[in-house]
Amino acid sequence: METFRLTKNRIKDYLSNGKRLDGRDADEFREIVIETGISKKAEGSARVKIGKTEVLVGIKMDVGTPYPDSKDAGNLMVTAELLPLSSDRFESGPPRFEGIELGRITDRGIRESKFIDLKKLCIIEGEKVWNIFIDIYSINDDGNLMDAASIGALVALRDTKIPKYDEKEGKVIFGEWTKDKLPLSKAVPLSCTIHKVGNCLIVDPNREEEDASETRVTLALSDGNVVHSMQKGNEKEFEIEEFNNALDLAEKNYKKLYPLIKKYIE
Amino acid sequence: MRNEEFENEEIEQEVEVESEKERKVVIPGEVIVKGHDYLPGENTEKRGDSIVALRYGLAEEFRGLVKVIPLSGIYTPRRGNVVLGIVSNLTFNGWVIDVGAPDRAFLPLMEVPRFVNKNDIAEVMDIGDAVAVKIWSVKRRSIDLSIKSRGLGKLEDGMIFKINPNKVPRVIGREGSMVSLIKEETGCNITVGQNGYIWIKGEKVEDEILAKNAIMFITERSFVSGLTDKVKEWFDKQK
Repeated sequence: METFRLTKNRIKDYLSNGKRLDGRDADEFREIVIETGISKKAEGSARVKIGKTEVLVGIKMDVGTPYPDSKDAGNLMVTAELLPLSSDRFESGPPRFEGIELGRITDRGIRESKFIDLKKLCIIEGEKVWNIFIDIYSINDDGNLMDAASIGALVALRDTKIPKYDEKEGKVIFGEWTKDKLPLSKAVPLSCTIHKVGNCLIVDPNREEEDASETRVTLALSDGNVVHSMQKGNEKEFEIEEFNNALDLAEKNYKKLYPLIKKYIE
Repeated sequence: MRNEEFENEEIEQEVEVESEKERKVVIPGEVIVKGHDYLPGENTEKRGDSIVALRYGLAEEFRGLVKVIPLSGIYTPRRGNVVLGIVSNLTFNGWVIDVGAPDRAFLPLMEVPRFVNKNDIAEVMDIGDAVAVKIWSVKRRSIDLSIKSRGLGKLEDGMIFKINPNKVPRVIGREGSMVSLIKEETGCNITVGQNGYIWIKGEKVEDEILAKNAIMFITERSFVSGLTDKVKEWFDKQK
């Protein structure tokens, strides 16, 4: 069931005094817990918890043919599935808007920042390349799945070992891994979603705050100030000045967040 | 004091029964007791000579009557329950209200005690408004509502949040002791709907947050006995 309008108004009123109902500051994240290597079958995996929000991310690799427009590069595919067990708002069946958007935003941050050097994943140009599948599953939704999915994808990619490949047969030997890691860049494109609730900008909203949010923008930043991708969501608009503030907030947030996940990424 | 009477009505409905006897956690299909000396109560069934649980919860036996107090699951509406809902649709003769139950509930226009222009019922309650209602009857696929008792009607101001509906009796406490303790300590008006929605309105938002945290404290410790004293201690610590 939707959050009540009364509660949304309370959140907005209280936020106009700079306070949030759960006592956090506007630019404060909930506690982040990260676990890697949680799946034995996947090439790489991670579990990320932000407060009560929880996602699982798994990486699978396979050998396939490249796309005609990028014959010398590996393929990257990101899919997100919002499981019905994670919220009373998600139903089983083909992915809906939220699920598709979640996958796409995560995909764009990783792809546009060239975090994975896809050119190095080419086996025979025009014929055989590595496919990377990033699968995101929501386990519990208490708001801010976007950032949880992004952190999860980055950590899981870093955890990934390339599986053994039989060149004669042209097959991947599943269940056996080489010692090689994925060719990843040093700059980490960390996503940050900024929500506008009333006239205030906040990060890491919980479920109720996300419902009260009128507009949001997801930015993937690396090195704290290089913007790789940007996606605005919801129906309302940002003023120019507000957007500048959002950029500043994203930069500030990167500096706070990156040290927390650094040890899983380096 | 509109909410005082309100509370008393709720207490009649589902009061926490705190017995000294041991309660056993059971899962659906589990045999609770055997023998012909027992009668099946709420959420149980008689199969052969044994009483079997139908829900996950705490099994309790009192004078031969065996029942299960559920610990999880969605709200099942019952006649006389006071619940909080959200107006989800307007029709020519009333409002459709979402009370968090599997079926939609209907509030007829006739229930409003004053004159209402039939062409503009949104003036009284519009889509998205929060409302406190009482369940008048539960039929096969529909629920009828009433707002004629005191304390019911559209809720203005304050905030609403949800808890597990199975923990509502604990939040209300024995004869409303728990909810009056929270009211006393925080100075807030509180309405606990049997469907797990709780409305809090205080003078300051800080009071409302304190009341909310207290209720969260209770729901997290619903197994603990002597909870009222623990909540008192908790309040002392907050100061």
